[in-house]
Amino acid sequence: MTRVIVIGAGPAGLAAAASASAAGADVVLVDEGERVGGQFWRHHPDFTDPRLQHQLGRFGTLRAALGSVRMLSSTSVWRVENFPLRVHVLTGPTDAANRQGETLEADAIVVATGAHDRVLPVPGWTLPGVTSAGAAQALAKRDALTLGERTVVAGAGPFLLPVAQSIAILGGEVAEVVEAASISTIVRGWGAKAWQLTAAAGKAGELGSYVASLAQHRTPYRFGSAVTRIHGSDAVEAVTVQRIDPQWRPIAGTERTVECDSVALGHGFTPRLETAIQFGCEISSTRFVTVDSQQQTSVAGVYAAGEITGIGGADAALAEGEIAGLAAAGIPGADLRYRSPLAARRRMRAFAARLDVHGIRPGWTAWLDDDTIVCRCESVRKASIDEYAGVSSRGMRLATRAGLGACQGRTCGRSVEDIVGACQPGQGSDSRPVFDNRPVLSSVRIGELAALSDLAAPPSPASTPTTVADTPTTDSAGGS
Amino acid sequence: MSISIRFDGDELQGRDGATIAGVLLANGQRTWRDAQGAERGIFCGIGICQDCILTVNGVEGVRACQRPACDGDVIERETSA
Ligand SMILES: Cc1cc2nc3c(=O)[nH]c(=O)nc-3n(C[C@H](O)[C@H](O)[C@H](O)COP(=O)(O)OP(=O)(O)OC[C@H]3O[C@@H](n4cnc5c(N)ncnc54)[C@H](O)[C@@H]3O)c2cc1C
Ligand code: FES
Repeated sequence: MTRVIVIGAGPAGLAAAASASAAGADVVLVDEGERVGGQFWRHHPDFTDPRLQHQLGRFGTLRAALGSVRMLSSTSVWRVENFPLRVHVLTGPTDAANRQGETLEADAIVVATGAHDRVLPVPGWTLPGVTSAGAAQALAKRDALTLGERTVVAGAGPFLLPVAQSIAILGGEVAEVVEAASISTIVRGWGAKAWQLTAAAGKAGELGSYVASLAQHRTPYRFGSAVTRIHGSDAVEAVTVQRIDPQWRPIAGTERTVECDSVALGHGFTPRLETAIQFGCEISSTRFVTVDSQQQTSVAGVYAAGEITGIGGADAALAEGEIAGLAAAGIPGADLRYRSPLAARRRMRAFAARLDVHGIRPGWTAWLDDDTIVCRCESVRKASIDEYAGVSSRGMRLATRAGLGACQGRTCGRSVEDIVGACQPGQGSDSRPVFDNRPVLSSVRIGELAALSDLAAPPSPASTPTTVADTPTTDSAGGS
Repeated sequence: MSISIRFDGDELQGRDGATIAGVLLANGQRTWRDAQGAERGIFCGIGICQDCILTVNGVEGVRACQRPACDGDVIERETSA
């Protein structure tokens, strides 16, 4: 029997586990969350307002299909190996000191580790009351909470819509939704067929409910604008909303002040590539895992599905997961079972391609001050990044400490790359040093590693208890 | 069902099943960590940024957004120099 390990129990991982299991494979599904569902179906049985959940029928079907799957919740993958394929996991309460270690072996692996919010720095973004848009959504779904009473939701992309709706459903006021793409860019990008495309992708109902919710609450939706400053002494008191040009440079003289006590920022998503990188999977120049038509990566036996292969939403993740699960279980490509998920994936890719109109433009760095903190963990300011813009990514880390804190550059990595790019005009994005490339998979305590003495030697020691590597164990792939 | 946890000596009530961040936020506590002199609390909400870490029952570096609160938990602030 083919042994398949699926890493990540979001839409992609659930679909992969279900299809692999239905195809006769012996499946283990691993996720560090307490419950299956990932970001899209994040829930708590008692707290989550059903109005915040979409496609619950599909979720129920997938959960029911996990009957013979071995499910490891509250389990973090902290290390993986090729030849043979091995996954090292730790099970137990988050960041507890003595979680249980286990090593799993497989004939095939599906990596479905999803994505996290990309948040662009802005003066004042470390003030209490500022969160990522995803955090606002996660808090709403998981703990039925809004962070403040009056929130500005700002950034780029359609994800701002469900975030605003969730806050409103829980009784919070959304002062404004601020979208960076201009209305003309959106119309040009989505084209006259926007509604048809949305309908084809099955998104029309969901979109309609968000628009209705905004209208019902009379929430202003500003296009071609950004939050360029967050004000407050001890916590958020107001934001400056400013018009921006097509390159996202702020337009002087268009500033408005909007009072609020919280801000939810989201400028798109960035994939959680650590597992795929450790397997040695090829990563594209746009920084997603490269896969073939069956979701197979460049590494034999390793498949990838969902947001780590491209940002396309839950439906794309479901289709890719189903394909990856079948392939991992050894079902040949000509099999009829691929037909429906392949069609869904085609449809969803057409939809996802349109998301480009909300893509980050390089002019955003113009809203930073020299004093703006870029790396939150180490409180590294923009002036320091500018000063070392000419050195390698490793040199940058060592000189400024940007990316060396507890999050290992997960929050600041891409922003540092953009700032360095802005300092080196004339260089294409492909020739910039890659700063966002982490050898460390997830937080592990040194004590836990010591207890796992039969496993491979640990990476370099930590100065904080929650991360293994405080200094980079390898230089980043593209370090110039 | 209600649980109670201690946060820097104060007793806070929370709903059974909530995260530690959820209990703190529901009690009006928006920050619980000092990072180089600035207050921090929840930022990414999904375990990525490590801005929300605190000490739980003597164990440092626990992400409040990922850890379910248990009755009797003793929570302390952390300071990063
Ligand atoms: C915070 C947040 C909230 C979102 N909310 C919504 C929403 O409400 N509506 C919407 O349409 N879209 C939402 N999205 C977009 C969402 O990412 C996708 O549409 C969808 O969930 C992607 O599915 P996926 O299976 O690729 O990844 P995910 O759903 O992200 O699932 C990935 C899973 O992998 C697990 N994982 C990652 N690394 C490890 C590891 N090392 N060890 C063990 N497990 C690991 C994670 O715990 C997670 O459960 C959200 C995104 C984010 C970041
Ligand atoms: S808020 Fe980012 S790790 Fe908890």
